[in-house]
Amino acid sequence: MGADPVSPKYIARSPAIAARKLGEEMVIMSAADSTLFTLNEVATVIWQAADGSTPLSEIVENKVCGEFEVEPEVAYRDAEGLVKELAGHGILLVSDQPIAGTAPQRQENP
Amino acid sequence: MSLMQQLNEKAQRLGIPLSAHLDITYRCNERCEHCYLEHDDKGEMTTAEIRGVLDQLADAGVFFLIISGGEPLLRRDCFDILAYGRSLLFNVKLKTNAVLIREAEARRLKALGVEQVQISVYSYRPEVHDGITKLPGSLRRTLSAVRFLKSQGLKVTLANVLMRQNMFDAAGTQALAAELGVSYTLDPTITPMMDGHTGILSMRAPREMLREVFRDPNYVGNVEEFCAPPPSADDEVLEGTPCSAGHTAIYITPYADVYPCVQFPLPSGNLRRQKFIDIWRDSPELNEVRSIRAHDLPTCSSCTHLSNCTRCPGLAFMEGNMRGPSTADCEKAFVRTGIPTANMVAKARTGGSAGRRPAVSGLVQIRA
Repeated sequence: MGADPVSPKYIARSPAIAARKLGEEMVIMSAADSTLFTLNEVATVIWQAADGSTPLSEIVENKVCGEFEVEPEVAYRDAEGLVKELAGHGILLVSDQPIAGTAPQRQENP
Repeated sequence: MSLMQQLNEKAQRLGIPLSAHLDITYRCNERCEHCYLEHDDKGEMTTAEIRGVLDQLADAGVFFLIISGGEPLLRRDCFDILAYGRSLLFNVKLKTNAVLIREAEARRLKALGVEQVQISVYSYRPEVHDGITKLPGSLRRTLSAVRFLKSQGLKVTLANVLMRQNMFDAAGTQALAAELGVSYTLDPTITPMMDGHTGILSMRAPREMLREVFRDPNYVGNVEEFCAPPPSADDEVLEGTPCSAGHTAIYITPYADVYPCVQFPLPSGNLRRQKFIDIWRDSPELNEVRSIRAHDLPTCSSCTHLSNCTRCPGLAFMEGNMRGPSTADCEKAFVRTGIPTANMVAKARTGGSAGRRPAVSGLVQIRA
């Protein structure tokens, strides 16, 4: 998968955000600087799975590759890019250890 | 097109209420002369009822949540409501007079992740501000709160309403906002009371003052552009809808009544008897509001100003016809450009009654 099995990467939604699903996209606003983001369908799947306890490699394998037709290496590379960007804006937390205290999951709409 | 505009367009296309304004009380510790509310408690929603409403709003797709009043902090459960809203991942904006905010409250708002606090300030001079709020010491306490909120790193906006009582203080109040390092808005809109009474409209700033504001780049940006004659209306304008009220935005009273907007008191349902999603999707009133296009407006569709008019359908409704003109917006269009509106011309011809029906008696704030 391209992930380093020795040091898994854990990701968690920051509690300092507002988020809601609008159609297939996720709308997110950072409480820190009011920057508004929209995530596409694939990025939304990763975002929703960012529970702080599931390694990124597992999210990509089970959620992304399980639902979308994409090569695992490509999916993992893209996921790492997304994680880096969202972490840079402070709306996603990244650690090599499981993370406690993530934002809740209530983001869906009918 | 900005990301925000794209979101609004998408929400309208999908029929999703992107924003909701929830007044959790009409009670207030100030008695502002221009206020449109009756402050007695007529049976506010309980904490549990409000939590239920917030659950329903989140399920319906609401992202932006305004918590306001009255003075929302008069409710002992205000912070519980804010915390519950944040747990549902709303983007929360609090509208308050801030009189009850000290350091501890400011710290708590920051910890909750409230995105913005909008505070009513009517003048930089205590005698003017306190004269409007009828609460001695209110400016001092409000500004103290602004400093507490700023020290916590919260985004603060001073919201001023231009009226006769403070019309010479707008610039000084803007300078005060700059000194405090916070944003500033100036709104010349005085609305009728929610029960339909119009006495407070006499407080609207006179035309000369509005003209001065509309020629000030601090408020309008590019004056030449802002005051230019309007472009002619094309098909897109004629097929357009007036604003987000009832389309992507909704208003809920402390008594669970649902209106298209706080400025559009058209009773459209009640959350004590109906589910929000059923009101949002099936209310005949909301569907009527949504059905109106610019070409349906009997007077305004032929007006020179149609393409960039700020006509508020709620103010028009309070004048007696949601498809009619809003006199206050006609005034703004005229003051901006010097060109009379179709409504003004028709009134001049008929002696003042054109395009209007008698005010309806059903403009009630409370429904049993």
